Amino acid sequence: MLELTRVRAGYGSFQALFDVSLEVRRGEAVGVIGPNGAGKTTLMRVISGLIRPTAGSIVMERVDLLATPPHRIVEIGIAHVPESRRLFPRMTVEDNLKMGGFLPAARPKARRRFDFVYELFPLLRERRRQLAGSMSGGEQQMCAIGRALMSEPKLLLLDEPSAGLAPVVVDLVFALVQRIRAGGVTVLIVEQNVQQVLRIVDRAYVLKAGSIRAAGAAAELRDSAIIREAYLGV
Amino acid sequence: MGIFDVYLLEALINGVLLGGVLALLSLGLNLVFGVIDVVWICYAELIMLGMYAMYFLSRVYHAPMVLAAAICIVTVGVLGVLLHVVVIAPLLGAAPINQLLATGGVLFFLQSAATILFGIEFKNLGVRLPVLKVAGMFISYARLLAFGAALIGMVLVYLFLRRTYTGTAIRAIAQDRQIMTLMGVDSRRIYVITSALGGGLAGLAACLLVLQYDVHPFVGLTFGPITFLICVLGGLGNFGGGFVAAFVFAEIISVGGLYLDLEWGYVFAFAFFIAMMFVRPQGLLARRS
Repeated sequence: MLELTRVRAGYGSFQALFDVSLEVRRGEAVGVIGPNGAGKTTLMRVISGLIRPTAGSIVMERVDLLATPPHRIVEIGIAHVPESRRLFPRMTVEDNLKMGGFLPAARPKARRRFDFVYELFPLLRERRRQLAGSMSGGEQQMCAIGRALMSEPKLLLLDEPSAGLAPVVVDLVFALVQRIRAGGVTVLIVEQNVQQVLRIVDRAYVLKAGSIRAAGAAAELRDSAIIREAYLGV
Repeated sequence: MGIFDVYLLEALINGVLLGGVLALLSLGLNLVFGVIDVVWICYAELIMLGMYAMYFLSRVYHAPMVLAAAICIVTVGVLGVLLHVVVIAPLLGAAPINQLLATGGVLFFLQSAATILFGIEFKNLGVRLPVLKVAGMFISYARLLAFGAALIGMVLVYLFLRRTYTGTAIRAIAQDRQIMTLMGVDSRRIYVITSALGGGLAGLAACLLVLQYDVHPFVGLTFGPITFLICVLGGLGNFGGGFVAAFVFAEIISVGGLYLDLEWGYVFAFAFFIAMMFVRPQGLLARRS
C-alpha cells in the first residue's frame, strides 16, 4: 500500500533520515519505535508532505507522493494525526472535525462521517460546541484522531498519540486505535511507548539516529535485544 | 430632556453610527493580517481608489447607485487579489519589515498614480442625502445608511466565516498555518480568497464613505491611520477585539468632540490609544495564551 525507498530528509543542513526504506501493507498495523530524536516525526512528515525528502521515493498505491502537491496527499487517502495533536485551539470541536472533512470529495459525506466519529468518541458529541483548546489532553487526542478520520482515510498516520497522557487514557487511546484498525483502516503509528504499542501492531521498525536498525513481527521484537540496545544505547 | 442631554445623546448615536463604519474598515485589515500575517499599510489607498470608482461610475457614466456600488466592491476586491499576487505573495517568506516597506511603497505609488490620473481636486458624488430630525436631534441619513450597510456587510462576512468550508479554513489558518496541508487545504488559494474579501470590504467601505467625504488622492490618510490603530487596539488579527475597539474609538471621537471642537475628539482618541499601549499592549480583548 505504502512504500518508502531509501528516503533521505532533514531540516537545512541537519539530516534527520538516512536511506529509510519501509513498507505498509493494506490492512496492517505497523509501528515505528525508537528513542527521542530518532527521526520518527520527520518520517511521518515526509509521508504526509509536510516536508519534502532530499532523496528517495514514496509511493502510495502506485501514486508517486513526491510528484503530488502536499495538500493533495490527503485526497490519496493518507490522514496524519500530527505530533502534539495540533488542533485549532480557539475553534469548536465541531469546527475542528469539519476541517478534517475539508476535501471536496468528503463534503457530501460529512453527515455520515460526523456520525461515525461521534459514535467512536461519544465524548466528542457532548463537547462538540466546546473550544478544542479547553479540553483535556486525552479529549484533544481523540478530537485529533477524529479530525483525521473525517476524510475517510485508507491509511492513518499516528505520531505519538500517547504523549503526555495519563496511563489510563493511554490504554483508552490504544484501544480506540485497535477499533479503528478493525474497521478497515491501515495504521502506521510512531511511538516511544514501546511495550504498549508492540501489543497493538503486527510489525514494527526500530528507528535510531535516522536509520532503520531492525524490523520484524511485534511479538519477536517485544523481547529482543535490539530494542534494549536501541533504548539503552548499549 | 435638557438641551445638553440631547446633544450628548446625539453624539452617542453618531458615535455608534461611526463605530459601525470603523468596524467595517478594521475588519478587512484584520482579516488579511490574521490570515496572511501581513499588514496592508496601503489598505486605505484601496478605499481611495474605490471612492474614485464610485465617483466615475456615478458622475461620469451615470450608473445607478446600486450598480455602481456592486462594480466598486468587485473592482477593489480584484485590486486586493492583484496586491496579493504581485506584491505580497513573492514576499511571504521575507522578513516582516520588508513586507511592511513593500505595502508602504504601494501606498505612495497609489497616491502618486491617483494624483497623475485624477488630479488633486476634491471630487464628490454631488448627492446630498437628507438629515433626519428626531426628538430635537439631527441624524444624517448618509450615516444611517453607512451604518446599516456596514452592519449587513459584517453579518455576511460573519456567516461566510462560520458556515462555509472556505470560511472555516480562513479561521483555522489564522490559528495554525503549518498543518493546513494535512486538511487538504491549499493555503495559497485561501490567501487569494482572503485578499479578495479584504479588498471587497475596502470597496464596500469606499461606497459608504464617498457619501460623506470628498475624494482626493490623499483621502486615505483620513482613514488609514485610525483603521490601523483600531486593529492594534483590538489586538491585530482579533476580529472581535477590532469590532469592540472600533466602537470605543468612535464614541471617544464623537463624545470627545462634543465638548470642544470635533478635532479634539481625535486628539482624545489617539491619546487613549497611546495610554492603552501601556496598559494593554496585547489588545482590548487579548487572547488567553
